[in-house]
Amino acid sequence: MKRRVVITGMGWITPLGLDIKTAWARLLAGECAIEKTTLFDARTFPTTFSAQVNDFDLKGLIGPVYELHKTASRNSRFAMGAAIQAWKSAGLDQAKDLDHRLVGVYLGAGEGPLDFDPFVEIAIDAWDREKGQLDTVKWAKLAYEKLDSVKEFEQDPNMPAAHVAKLLGLKGPNFNCLTACAASTQALGEAAEQIICGDAEAMVAGGTHSMIHPFGVTGFNRLTALSTRNDDIKTASRPFDRDRDGFVLGEGAGVLVLESEEHAKARGAKILAELAGFGSSADAYRITDIHESGRGGIAAMKQAMQDANVTIDDIDYISAHGTGTSENDKVETLAIKAVFGERAYKVPVSSIKSMMGHLIAAAGAVEAITCVLAIHDHIVPPTINYSNQDLECDLDYVPNTARKATIRTCLSNSFGFGGQNDTLIIREYKG
Amino acid sequence: MTARRVVVTGLGPVSPIGIGKEAFLESLRSGKIGIDRITVFAPDSFRSQIAGAIPEFRCADYVPKSYRKSIKVMARDIELSVAGADQAVRDAGLVTKGINPESPQVDSTRLGVNIGAGLICSDLNELVYALSMAEDADHKFSLAKWGESGMNHLTPLWLLKYLPNMLACHVTIIHDAQAPSNTITCAEASSPLAIGEAYRTIVRNCADVCLCGGFESKVNPMGLIRQDLLNRLTRAHNDCPACAVRPFDVKRSGTAVAEGGSVLTLESLESAQRRNAKIYGELVGVGASFGTVDFVRPEEDGHAMAVAIERALADAKIDAGSVDLVVGFGCGTREHDQAEAKAIHQALGDVRVVSIKGQTGMMGAGTGALDATVALLAISENFIPGTVNCDEVDPACPIQVVRKTTDEKVNTVVTLSYSLNGGQIGALVFKRYEGEGS
Repeated sequence: MKRRVVITGMGWITPLGLDIKTAWARLLAGECAIEKTTLFDARTFPTTFSAQVNDFDLKGLIGPVYELHKTASRNSRFAMGAAIQAWKSAGLDQAKDLDHRLVGVYLGAGEGPLDFDPFVEIAIDAWDREKGQLDTVKWAKLAYEKLDSVKEFEQDPNMPAAHVAKLLGLKGPNFNCLTACAASTQALGEAAEQIICGDAEAMVAGGTHSMIHPFGVTGFNRLTALSTRNDDIKTASRPFDRDRDGFVLGEGAGVLVLESEEHAKARGAKILAELAGFGSSADAYRITDIHESGRGGIAAMKQAMQDANVTIDDIDYISAHGTGTSENDKVETLAIKAVFGERAYKVPVSSIKSMMGHLIAAAGAVEAITCVLAIHDHIVPPTINYSNQDLECDLDYVPNTARKATIRTCLSNSFGFGGQNDTLIIREYKG
Repeated sequence: MTARRVVVTGLGPVSPIGIGKEAFLESLRSGKIGIDRITVFAPDSFRSQIAGAIPEFRCADYVPKSYRKSIKVMARDIELSVAGADQAVRDAGLVTKGINPESPQVDSTRLGVNIGAGLICSDLNELVYALSMAEDADHKFSLAKWGESGMNHLTPLWLLKYLPNMLACHVTIIHDAQAPSNTITCAEASSPLAIGEAYRTIVRNCADVCLCGGFESKVNPMGLIRQDLLNRLTRAHNDCPACAVRPFDVKRSGTAVAEGGSVLTLESLESAQRRNAKIYGELVGVGASFGTVDFVRPEEDGHAMAVAIERALADAKIDAGSVDLVVGFGCGTREHDQAEAKAIHQALGDVRVVSIKGQTGMMGAGTGALDATVALLAISENFIPGTVNCDEVDPACPIQVVRKTTDEKVNTVVTLSYSLNGGQIGALVFKRYEGEGS
C-alpha cells in the first residue's frame, strides 16, 4: 500500500493578504490586488501595474532569529513568512521528539533579480561604445568595488529553501525546482513523493517568487505576455474572458506542511486535507507555444487522477492555471474538455489570478491552498473580470462571485513556459 | 512486488577535458588538465584569471537540422545540456525523435528529463548593449528611457534564453520526451538531486527512461566574480593554471570556475534488458540532507554530508565497508575539502577518494553529474582515475586520496555533491550490475 500524504499546515504571503484568513476572505469577496507598480518606477514600461505584497514585516513574524536572515532576498523573505505560518498552524512549533532529519524542504522558488542599480551602473561605465562590447577589464575593477558578495549569492534560486530549513531547523532532503510557472505545483508533487518513498516523514513545501522588478517586467513585456491595460488596471487580469490581453504579475509565497498520514496521526495533528495525486508531463513541443491539442496538460491531469484513484465524476472543482493569456486559457479549456468530456461543463473552474495576479513559480502552491480552503468551507472563489464569453472558452468559470458548493475533491493545474505541466489532486481527508 | 531496478545505459559528458564518453574517458586516464587562462573574455583585472572552459564547442554538431535555428535562443548552459543529452541518447543506442525524426523507436510518453541548472546570467554583451541604448544625456542609465524604448533592443525571446528550465525543455522537444520533466536548481547539489529524483520517477513507474544530470557555465564575468567575491577561487596560480586546483592537497588555495556537466541515460532494468542495452552500472541508492553554518560555510565536521552518504547507503542496503571508492566533490577550497573529508571519514571510514576538479575546475550544477559519470566509467572500465595536483594530502583531511590512475576492479562507488551557497547535499551509490546484459 502506498503511503498517504496529508496536509497539516498552510501559510500565505500574497498581494491580497499576509495570512490565510485575510487573503481567503478577500478572494471570496472577489477583491482585486492590482495597483500601479511602486517597487520601481514603471511609468514608461509597456505594463505599469502589478499585484504587489505590501507592508510585509518578516522580523515581526520570526523574531530575534531574524539576524541570521537579514540579508535574505525578497523571495526568501516571502518563503520564510509563509513557512513559519504553515509550521505553526501545523502545531509543529510545539511538537516534541520531532526528528528533524526526517523533515525536508521542497520549494519551487524563482531566481532573485540582479542587484539592479550597481549592475547597471557598472555595465554602462564599462561599455566600450566603439567596439560595441563590454570592456571586461574595466568591468571587473568596478564590479569588485560595487557588487556585494552577499546580495549576489542571495539571488541563487536554492536560497529560499536554505533559509526555510535554517529557520525551522530542518535537516532532511532539501530541494528547489524551477520549472517556470509550474514550479511550486511540481515542488508539492515531488515533496509528496519524498514522503511516499520514505525519505521524509514531513516536508515543508511550496513556492515563492517576485518578478516585479525591471528585468522581470522587461522579459515578459518583450514576450508580450503581460496585459497592457494601463487605463483600467483593476480589470486587467481577466482569465477566460474574450477581451483578455495577457497576465498580470503578482508576487508572494504559498507554503504547506505535508506529512505522512501515520506521522500526522501519531502526533495528533489536525489534518486539513489529503494530497492524493500528482501528475507531471512535458509538452515536448515548442519553448514559446503550448501544443495546440493541450496534450501535456491532458497527460498531467489524467496521471494525477489515476495516481489519486479518482475519476472525472469525483472532481468537484478545478483550480485552473488560467493566466489570462489568449493561448493558455484556450488550450487549458480544450484540455479540460478532452479529459472531462461532457462533465467539463458541470465542474466549476476558476482562476484566482484574476484577483492576485500570476505569482509565477509561487502560483501553484498558493492555488493548492485555495483548494484546501474550498474543501474546508465548501465554497469556491470566483474568476473576476469575466464579462464577455469567448467562444473557445465555454466552461463554467464561476464568473465574478464566489459560489457555495459541496467540494470534496479538487484538481489544480500549473503549466510552465517551455512545456512542463503539473497537476495535483487535493481531497477531503477521510481516515 | 519488488521495486523496479534502475541502471545506467548511456553517458553524455560535456567537459573541459572532453565531449562524449570516449574523449572524456581518455582524458581521465591520461590526467589531462582542462584548466587554462580565460580567453572568451579579457580576464586581466579579475583576481582569478583561469577557468575550465570547453574549447571548440559547436552546439550545431549536436542538434538535429530541423531544430538548429533554436540555438540562437540558447544560453551557453542550454547548449551544453542539449549536447550532453545528444551524447547520452546516442551512447545508450536509443532512437528518439532527435536521432531519427522519421521513425523514432522510443515510447515518448515513457521518456522523462530531469536536468539540474544554475542561476543563468544574461550574456553581458547582449544585455549591456541594450542598456546602453537607454542612456540619458550624461551617459547615465535612464530607467524611464529603458521602459519606453531601450528594452526593445533585446530580442523578444530574451527571457527564455536564460530560464533554467530551458536546459530540460529543449531536450524534451528535441527528443520528444513527454514523461515527467523537472529542473532542480540547487547549485552544486543540483545534479545528484536531479539524478536521484529521476531514479524515483522510474522506480514508481512514471517513466522507463530518464535523461538526467546537470549543466552550468560559470565561465563568464558574472559567474566568475560571484565566486571570487566569496574568496572561493585560487588567485595564486594565474601563471600556472594546470597546477591551480589541488583537491585535498595541503597547499590548496581555492577552486577555479568551469563549465560543463553530463547527462546519464537512466533506465529501468526491464527496459534495458528488453533492448539488450549495454549497462554501465546500477543506481542503487540516493541520499539527501541539509547543513550549513551561515549559507556560505559548511559545518566544520561535515556532519550533514555524512548523513547524506549514510542515507544513500541505507537506501542501497549496502554496508559502509563494501564501498570501494568515493568520487568526491573536492573543489580545492580550504574549508570545503576539509569538511568533506571529515564527512567521508565519518560515514565510510578509511575509504579511497578521488576528485577530478584539478582537471576540470568547478562547474556548479554540472559538477555532480560529471562526477557520477566518472563513477560509472570506473565501474565499467575497471580503473580509478588519479587526483591531479594532490601532491601531499592535507593531514586535516582524514581520507586516502587516490593520486595515481590505477587499473583495478571497482564494484561500488559513492558520489557526493553539495551547494557551496545554501546547504543542500546529495549523495548517490552506484554498483556494478551483476546479471544478464552486463
